[in-house]
Amino acid sequence: MSAAGWEAVIGLEIHVQLATRTKIFCATEASRDGAEPNTLVDPVTLGMPGVLPVLNREVVELAIRLGLALGCTIAPRSRFSRKHYFYPDLPKGYQISQYDEPLCTGGAIVTEVDGEERRFRLTRIHLEEDAGKTVHDALRNRSLVDYNRAGVPLVETVSEPDLRSPADAMAYMKAMHRIVTALGVSDGNMEQGNFRCDANVSVRRVGDPRLGTKVELKNINSFRFVGRGLEHEIARQVDVLEAGGHLVQETRLWDEAAGVTRPMRTKEMAHDYRYFPDPDLMVLEVDEAWIERVRATLPELPRARTQRFVDALGLSAYDADVLTQSAARADYFEAVAQAVGDPKLAANWIQGELLGLLNKDGLDIEASPVPAERLAELLVLLRDERLSSKMAKACFAEMFSSSVAPADWLAAHGAQITDEDTLRAMVAAALDAHPDEVAGFHAGKAQLLGFFVGQVMKQSRGKANPQRVNQLVRSQLEERR
Amino acid sequence: MGPEASATELLAALASGATSALALTEAALARIRAVDGHLGAWLRTDEASALETAARIDRRRELGQPLGPLAGLPVGVKDMICTRGMETTASSRILEGFVPPYDATVVERLRAADAIVLGKLAMDEFAMGSSSERSLRGPVRNPWDLERVPGGSSGGSAVALASGTCPLTLGTDTGGSIRQPAAFCGVAGLKPTYGRVSRQGVIAYASSLDQVGPMARSVRDLALLLQVIAGHDPRDATSLPDPVPDYQAVLDRPVDGLRVGVPAEYFQEGLDPAVELAVRAAEDTLRGEGAVLVPVSLPHTRYAIAAYYLIATAEASSNLARYDGVRYGHRTAEPTGDIDTLYSRTRAEGFGPEVKRRIILGTFALSSGYYDAYYLRAQKVRTLVRRDFAQAFERCDVICGPTSPVGPWRIGERSGDPLAMYLTDIYTVPANLAGLPCLSVPCGVDSSGMPVGLQLIGPPLGEATLLGAAHAFERATGHAARRPPEVHP
Repeated sequence: MSAAGWEAVIGLEIHVQLATRTKIFCATEASRDGAEPNTLVDPVTLGMPGVLPVLNREVVELAIRLGLALGCTIAPRSRFSRKHYFYPDLPKGYQISQYDEPLCTGGAIVTEVDGEERRFRLTRIHLEEDAGKTVHDALRNRSLVDYNRAGVPLVETVSEPDLRSPADAMAYMKAMHRIVTALGVSDGNMEQGNFRCDANVSVRRVGDPRLGTKVELKNINSFRFVGRGLEHEIARQVDVLEAGGHLVQETRLWDEAAGVTRPMRTKEMAHDYRYFPDPDLMVLEVDEAWIERVRATLPELPRARTQRFVDALGLSAYDADVLTQSAARADYFEAVAQAVGDPKLAANWIQGELLGLLNKDGLDIEASPVPAERLAELLVLLRDERLSSKMAKACFAEMFSSSVAPADWLAAHGAQITDEDTLRAMVAAALDAHPDEVAGFHAGKAQLLGFFVGQVMKQSRGKANPQRVNQLVRSQLEERR
Repeated sequence: MGPEASATELLAALASGATSALALTEAALARIRAVDGHLGAWLRTDEASALETAARIDRRRELGQPLGPLAGLPVGVKDMICTRGMETTASSRILEGFVPPYDATVVERLRAADAIVLGKLAMDEFAMGSSSERSLRGPVRNPWDLERVPGGSSGGSAVALASGTCPLTLGTDTGGSIRQPAAFCGVAGLKPTYGRVSRQGVIAYASSLDQVGPMARSVRDLALLLQVIAGHDPRDATSLPDPVPDYQAVLDRPVDGLRVGVPAEYFQEGLDPAVELAVRAAEDTLRGEGAVLVPVSLPHTRYAIAAYYLIATAEASSNLARYDGVRYGHRTAEPTGDIDTLYSRTRAEGFGPEVKRRIILGTFALSSGYYDAYYLRAQKVRTLVRRDFAQAFERCDVICGPTSPVGPWRIGERSGDPLAMYLTDIYTVPANLAGLPCLSVPCGVDSSGMPVGLQLIGPPLGEATLLGAAHAFERATGHAARRPPEVHP
């Protein structure tokens, strides 16, 4: 919070691109990596004369999925309206969007903020189509439009003004991101604009039940931008009010480079969207049977999964949280933990070794050069003491860089020496070779213990089981006292 | 036998080899060249493609291959309906040069039935008008009197039939645009139940009211064409899934005992006495055929025009927003410094005055603060109009009355008074508001000797009943056989 005595009131609108195969109102592919501009288009996408929208069933299915996961009420009847404004990337001169009768109402995001569980209510989730993209070519003084994105299905999730701080907003946004990706309703790719956030924010004196003048804040399309953008906007509003000024209802843009919010348009400049029900589309009817069919396919939700990792697998709350940051990460962990039969070991290795190397290379776990089965093979060797933990780490580094199989590495380097007689003989040889040091130890130089262990490890070229060697050195030195 | 013969006769002649598709198409094109210069019904024809299609159909017939139900018949298509590879403009400058890369579903069906798409027919710009005076190539003229309007907006579709240039045409009807020009030109036209015929590929004027329908010189031909274009289309979400009955099979069903509703509200002030006389005579004819006349009431008729012009213009203001000069059609040649100027200049140049008037009206009706008072109110009236019909159809099988309160007026006579023109739609718009099937057939002449139309309205999906009643009426009278005087240069 900026200044004492003030509190912020924040609501978030998050647009999520649904991961459907085709667009919301036609059979054209919704997206393709590396698609050239205007290649994912057709007469419907381009708003050509006479063509009609036909609702894609998969879009409704994914929206119901999200609605159910967030505890929303799914409306048995909802409706599409037309939202009008003129812009070259809006082919029909209107956007088809649910307006007064959305598919989902109510629901909530439950998440932790500073270790405390919070419940942020949702107002609604509605379906709509995306617009195209306008690119301004300043060099040649022209504008170009790419309609690939036009007609791509979106849900807009609208929160109640339940958030009170930038930390709340970030936690809400992260939780939403975790849920949409865990459900598979969206890839959540924020760089590509598939998960975008706007905020409505106002400030008021603590204890004042009235709401202040709100500002819509745009261009906050990353967790960091949401945090920083809101922080600055809240501070700006408090400064204006404390200086005795007045705020105007307006839309502002977060300028990350300059670290300020800038006015975009005021209420007076706002569009009259002239909403009315789209006569080309029928009322969307969703019956109980459909809802139940979707409910039956819901996966375990991120918070439930985190809790299960703690309760059933014995992980710490911290570990469980880190491992459920994404569904892919949690899936990876569960695959390894199950194959090895030791969740703790799997958790330590994924967090300590794997995530470290992935972060360094800027890779997501989906792109890990070491797949879960391979890591599991390695950890089984470690568990069965065929490898020491030091050997396992060396092996893992090679697996990561050259994708060698742990079994092959083991064959090349030899297994850990755990045979009791062999180790005993190696320790005896080391003591025999250094009578002065043995005498020194017996005279009270306890730190010489490490010297003998080192000698044996050197002799075995690192393959002797260090714990066993340590025990044997200790016991044989005692025997020779 | 040429394009002035009925589709039914022509099909027989084609089947027997008395004529060929090529000969018929050549004759139709020749007739268009001979007479249409005075009428303006045809905006454009595609001679090469029509002749090629005709030759191909003849060849297939020679080879004994199966042919569609309209094989070899030349058909004219209202310019509101998209035709692949053939310019489609809605009679508007804003779409000049637009060649759709797709066929409307109805055109696909025509082609699948082996009809020959001869060309595109004139109309009021974007189907907004009741006179076809606002076509891209100037006013369309009524062959019964070249100084009079043919009605609208499907004036070209009606004139093409009345002038004998082809046996079948497609029109569109949003508030009477098939029925009123059919009445004015002495031909038959049917607006199907909303959703019976696909709107896919049909340029939208008012989406919740628009329907494509058949136009012809006889009821039998009407049934023939409706059979081809009707049916479910998964590409139109408002299309009805119900199966399509065999319309021709029921044509000769007797109308004995058919209950014909006569609404008092359709015979009120403003109705031309000569028109009323013709319609009353038609009622007698129907009674003579065994029908029973039943008085019914449609009390909300008087609000229908106001509701219609709010709903239609509101939807039009939205539907026409896409014509912005960015992706296709007309774009201003004037230099524009910014996008708003590009829009306003393009639209100012591209749209005619009536279209602009309706866009402005509709934009107003949807504006924040006015929506409830206008658009929402109009929708409530629509519900009441629909209820009127539902109640009336508890007592009757079809409703009959005049198609238009007046006969064709002189070109230019009503241009200065749009409201007066709107009011002539009084008897046609209620069926659009209620989504009901309706048709118009010739039933006599007015005091100027111009054709008068009898309108029949049916319950939802009652097309077969309508066609049966109209066919009985047609057989009992000589009206359908009357032809306008030959057009001479």
